[in-house]
Amino acid sequence: MSLKGRDIVAITDLDMDEIETILNEAQKMVPAARGEVKNDSLSGMILAALFFEASTRTRLSFETAMHRLGGDVITIAGQEGSSLIKGETLADTIRMAEGYSDIIAIRHPKEGAARLSATFSKIPVINGGDGAGQHPTQTLLDLFTIKQNLGDISKLHVTIGGDLKYGRTTHSLSLALGRMGARMTFVAPKRIQMVDHILDDLNRMDASFDVVYDIKETIPDTDVLYMTRIQKERFPDEEEYMKVAGAFRITAEMLEPAKKKMIVMHPLPRIDEIHHSVDATPHARYFQQAFNGVPVRMALLHLLLED
Amino acid sequence: MKDVKITPLRNGTVIDHIKPGMALKILPLLNIDQDYSTGLSIAMYVQSKKHQLKDIVKIEDKELHHKEMNRLAVITPNATISIIRDFKVVKKFKVKLPKVIEGIVRCENINCITNGKEPVVSKLVRAQEDPVKFKCYYCGRIQNMLEKRII
Ligand SMILES: [Zn+2]
Repeated sequence: MSLKGRDIVAITDLDMDEIETILNEAQKMVPAARGEVKNDSLSGMILAALFFEASTRTRLSFETAMHRLGGDVITIAGQEGSSLIKGETLADTIRMAEGYSDIIAIRHPKEGAARLSATFSKIPVINGGDGAGQHPTQTLLDLFTIKQNLGDISKLHVTIGGDLKYGRTTHSLSLALGRMGARMTFVAPKRIQMVDHILDDLNRMDASFDVVYDIKETIPDTDVLYMTRIQKERFPDEEEYMKVAGAFRITAEMLEPAKKKMIVMHPLPRIDEIHHSVDATPHARYFQQAFNGVPVRMALLHLLLED
Repeated sequence: MKDVKITPLRNGTVIDHIKPGMALKILPLLNIDQDYSTGLSIAMYVQSKKHQLKDIVKIEDKELHHKEMNRLAVITPNATISIIRDFKVVKKFKVKLPKVIEGIVRCENINCITNGKEPVVSKLVRAQEDPVKFKCYYCGRIQNMLEKRII
């Protein structure tokens, strides 16, 4: 199977074998991602990183990934991105960038921007997040981190907590985990619980999941605790936010009943969801997860550009 | 008053059982251009045999294709199409929602890239059967109440 020339817009564009191929390739990329070995396989190739919306972590890891494979990067970021949006259509920007590069990574505030780019571009397009829409490379690096630490995903119980309503990360992650056969528990205050259309999709694929409201009770039985950011804007007033933020703050002490191998993940940046005391526990994996953005994006760049 | 005075059609297409009041909305979907001058009659809010209101459109000397007619289902899912030759119905069928709806309905997601200035027409693809649901090809949003967002 070859992924050469493909676009990666949504995680659902990939079948199970293709996801497996990407995760295996990512594992092989780890030493080069750390800079321990040299990899020049994309020497002479250019990545256009088109960031119409700020996302330092995603942009830097795409750029690092390309550099670690010996390739070059041209970038649109910051103010330049927003004035481009005002000045011309995305369709035009894409056809310009396609002339200057071999592959495009795009981040854009509008949903559907990556699919539109892929429609106009003759070179592969990777979605680095479009509005509240898709962010497939985040899902891939999440899956990679879980598999790297705990192996066979179908045997795991994954608890996903925090903002499950607006957090797109948790939507595509749970759909992917559902397809892979993992058991899931969604834990969030009612106001920001998992949205119905995702639960409908999970039901359609016969995934096994629970919806609960108390995070403490989920900890002893879970293999992965995946926390996401809870934003103040989602609450009617400060008081209600403080109440929820307090109840959903993971501390080292709360993790005492956890399984020994349980891992805590977070797409970062965190606000108050994970207390710094967790950083020193053997459960913390969010920095490894952030690093994993590099080998996973290296794997994608490599597979889309080379055989 | 119940009798509608529309002359019987010799050759052409009759679209019947159109949702009352929607006849004018479907005209732009019929690909009838300004050069068309043979004859077109519209009856609105007429009573059907089952005493329900409906609209009817008759197009003279033009047989409309099965495929292009299916677009009508977005606006009026129960419409029937009859092809008439020499006063006889030679073919009759009900419209059926197509697999892909292009350029007829705006995506309901206001933050969707297709609702801006991009040079694309909207594209909704069938995502679910029974009940039939469409989703935006670009942003992936499942769409509700298509008839409210006809372009
Ligand atoms: Zn859309």
